[in-house]
Amino acid sequence: MSGSEWSDMSEAPALPERLAPSMTPDTQFFWDGAKEHRLLTQQCSACNRLRHPPRPMCPVCNALDWEAVEASGRGTVFSFVMPRHPQYPWFEPNYIVALVELEEGVRLVTNLVDVTPADVTIGLPVEVRFDEFAGGLVLPMFRPRRAYGEST
Amino acid sequence: MRDQAAIVGIGQTEFSKESGRTELQLACESVLAAITDAGLTPANVDGLVTFTLDTSEEMEVARNVGIPSLSMFARIPYGGGASAGTVMQAAMAVATGVADVVVCYRAFNERSGMRFGNIGGAITAMPLWLSWYAPYGLLTPASWVALHAQRYMHEYGVTNEDFGRIAVVDRMHAATNPDAWFYERPITIEDHQASRWIIEPVLRLLDCCQETDGGVALVITSAERARDLPHPPAIITAAAQGATFDGEMMTSYYRDDLTGLPEMGVVADRLWAMSGLTPDDISTAFLYDHFTPFVLMQLEELGFCARGEAKDFATVERLSLGGELPINTSGGLLGEAYIHGMNGITEAVRQIRGTSYNQVDQVEHVLVTAGTGVPTSGLILGAI
Repeated sequence: MSGSEWSDMSEAPALPERLAPSMTPDTQFFWDGAKEHRLLTQQCSACNRLRHPPRPMCPVCNALDWEAVEASGRGTVFSFVMPRHPQYPWFEPNYIVALVELEEGVRLVTNLVDVTPADVTIGLPVEVRFDEFAGGLVLPMFRPRRAYGEST
Repeated sequence: MRDQAAIVGIGQTEFSKESGRTELQLACESVLAAITDAGLTPANVDGLVTFTLDTSEEMEVARNVGIPSLSMFARIPYGGGASAGTVMQAAMAVATGVADVVVCYRAFNERSGMRFGNIGGAITAMPLWLSWYAPYGLLTPASWVALHAQRYMHEYGVTNEDFGRIAVVDRMHAATNPDAWFYERPITIEDHQASRWIIEPVLRLLDCCQETDGGVALVITSAERARDLPHPPAIITAAAQGATFDGEMMTSYYRDDLTGLPEMGVVADRLWAMSGLTPDDISTAFLYDHFTPFVLMQLEELGFCARGEAKDFATVERLSLGGELPINTSGGLLGEAYIHGMNGITEAVRQIRGTSYNQVDQVEHVLVTAGTGVPTSGLILGAI
């Protein structure tokens, strides 16, 4: 799955690869939202509770109606690890996987970027950033939250 | 169901890294060995139970072994969480008269064939549940467990060295079990701390169980019939499965608290209630040890110590032979073999029979757990 044979055909550098998610009508909104750089979570239309990963029925009130609502993109690191073995072609050797708890209360698994492993702690305030990959895939990633007023 | 059924036969192949034969052959060899050990013949068998992950079809096993007819067959999901669950299903069938003699089996070439961690190279259709993790490189059972266990470390101040004592205990027991892959190869805590990171900062190489080719089978029949068979029966005093809300197969990151194993909590409550026993009554235990952190968390879920106290409770002295609660006396999955927990049940039966290579004195009740971090199961076996 190398993109090298295509790299001569465009001046733009080839986008990195990632394993692509599969999608169903229950989950596609999340990935479509990422393409628009919007972090969406699923909200029950009846009781307003949020849930992630997305699924068809609210476990509290059993409603089937839901809406995709945009999250603030801010959260904190709830847990994190640095997988070292085996190594994969899709990841730099020091990649960090985090479980981020959003301000809205739901958690999601992501990568931490713009940070070295030694600076990662549980509770670290983080914010979303959207990274583009080959095949039109856009993934929400998280980086340490910048202080108010700091330039991006 | 309490005390209605018993494990009367155990069988296994050798445990290797490359069996050189098919998974079906391993299944048939272990099933036949267990039936023979029970003093029965294939004609006596009328039930088969295995894991959903097992590749050996019930009808193929029956056709090879020569089992003439089956009145009961079942498969249990969720990987290693199935092990004790197969025995629970067998015990229910026997207790209700649905079957007379049930064989539970698990056989695979997990090292030389399809390896569980080898997801990245093998995916053709991404499972939906994995779609939330694979794009981010959370691709192996070790990584799924570590993201959960890191939170446990954080909340209770547990270190990787605390996990290492479980590996030391298991390898100590494996060192005196000739059937164990790591026979005569004990480790020290220094060896553990010097082993490389697999998932930093949670799991080192020696926190992760080995991979194995092999098969194990168990024969279950009524406690009454067991009296006429050659070996002292391992009475199924209690058996339970457990799953809890908002879980996934092995990535249950969405519950409020990630410091426990609530599926094992369900199993524990049911085992103690069904048996009328308490942790103090347990002579020795097999605690599923695919990854060391979840052994500490099991000690808490099962009530051997309070929440957050396993790091102090789990000393090598207490958990090894001669201690207050010897665990994994065969060497466990870390030291003996990774047959998805079924080899923990065979060791529990040997402890009841008095035939373990690391025999505990005066065994009355043995606790066995199945895979953790997944919907799971457990057993309490007893001597007559």
